Amino acid sequence: MKPSEGYPQKPSPSLKKGMTFALLIALVWLSAWETEVDINELIDGIPEMGKFIAKMFPPDWDYIGVVIKPMVETVQMAILGTTFGAIVAFPISFLAASNVTRMWLLRTPARLILNLTRTIPDLLFAALFAAVFGYGPLAGTLALSFFSFGILSKWAYEAIETIDNGPMEAMTAVGANKLQWIHFGVIPQVMAQFIGFAMYMFEINIRAAAILGIVGAGGIGIYLNRTLGMFRYDQTFIIILFTLVIVLAIDTVSSRIRGKLI
Amino acid sequence: MIEFRKVSKVYPGGTVGLNNIDLKIEPGEFVVIVGLSGAGKSTLLRSINRLHEITSGEIFISGKSITSAEGRQLRVMRRGIGMIFQSFNLVKRSTVLRNVLAGRVGYRSTFRTLLGLFPKHDMDLAFGALKRVNMLEKAYQRADQLSGGQQQRVSIARALAQEATIILADEPVASLDPLTTRQVMDDLQRINREMGITTVVNLHYIDLAREYATRIIGVRAGEIVFDGTAAEATDDVFSAIYGRPVSEAERLGGKTDEAI
Repeated sequence: MKPSEGYPQKPSPSLKKGMTFALLIALVWLSAWETEVDINELIDGIPEMGKFIAKMFPPDWDYIGVVIKPMVETVQMAILGTTFGAIVAFPISFLAASNVTRMWLLRTPARLILNLTRTIPDLLFAALFAAVFGYGPLAGTLALSFFSFGILSKWAYEAIETIDNGPMEAMTAVGANKLQWIHFGVIPQVMAQFIGFAMYMFEINIRAAAILGIVGAGGIGIYLNRTLGMFRYDQTFIIILFTLVIVLAIDTVSSRIRGKLI
Repeated sequence: MIEFRKVSKVYPGGTVGLNNIDLKIEPGEFVVIVGLSGAGKSTLLRSINRLHEITSGEIFISGKSITSAEGRQLRVMRRGIGMIFQSFNLVKRSTVLRNVLAGRVGYRSTFRTLLGLFPKHDMDLAFGALKRVNMLEKAYQRADQLSGGQQQRVSIARALAQEATIILADEPVASLDPLTTRQVMDDLQRINREMGITTVVNLHYIDLAREYATRIIGVRAGEIVFDGTAAEATDDVFSAIYGRPVSEAERLGGKTDEAI
């Protein structure tokens, strides 16, 4: 298009954009090369995948009776992990929020703890706790608690930092002390969001809890690992299907409730 | 009584907010502060309850220095000063009643207030305050369901629940339409007259200032350039305060014909 008279001309695509794109391509290519990811290998694997899926049928429907208990345990681990994580995360998030905690000396250590916790993946937590407390759902629950704490506290303090400053200013003006100031000026503004965060975290935790068993931290994952190891793909199928149903059910209910919170 | 003694405020960038202000406001006065935006009106008002800190001088409230007050002392002084904001500053997700009760927290222990255990005396004060601004029937509605004018009246009720002896209002009608502007100004005036609460209001409508003020203070570049009665504040005076002729945008219009 010819630039019309009087209007500013559209700036030509800068060198920076091109460079960024080139760098991205190089990064992807290098990663694939280093890890020996190969399209041909993927194509060769397709028949294997077919065989794997074929071995799932007919599914061993009776196996449901065996996995009901570990499935319940998985959900319980997720409930406990989310609850413990939230109980610790929400108070600490006030310390990490710059509009609530003005003191640098308090805020920085709080943020440091949150950031460090978040760098550790859930499976690593699970493996660590399984080593310390033994294999079982306790390790899984602890892993999910720490995992939830790291994520929830980050969401929470970022939510706190975006709230309207006005009510807080008003609370300063009425002579509130810091706790009253938070209780009346901050919490009502973030409460609904916090509940939504906790529910979303629960959805994530259900998925996470389902695989923690692979490192021995309780739940359905132990059975997933076992059936895979014994090549009982007909039973693996049952576990995958069951997990899918549970996750879908919880997601549906949870997101419906979250939608109503606002 | 509010007293400024040689009060100055210099912002970190070097901008002068207030320049050596000496000012006395007597109990029961209805003072309107006028001036261009950036002249220092807001700084002047907000330095009274120390929402803004000053860099030198001292401010006294009923003979006590708020400038040197710290911690609990400062909170006790603040609870006696109600504040009305341009954007109402209510918690929108809380009920009207809860917003008004928030004005009582300075009088009660942390424990009580966090549990929401306000004594009957506080409930009576809150309902009484809502009645005074004609908002009693809205007590259990969420604040975000109210119109702007209604929200501002709730914030006046919050100041009343504080049993404030001073009300500071920082551009209380700047986000309201002309009709609700009059209602809110009438409420402030009624409270000032009936309860004898010292009222200090920042306004930019000159006709409103003349209509409601018992005393007008003109601020320009951080200094008080006019201090007199509403009758003394002629258009020429306002031109001097603003440093240019008065424009029509600075009149709300309506009731006062003398301003046109």
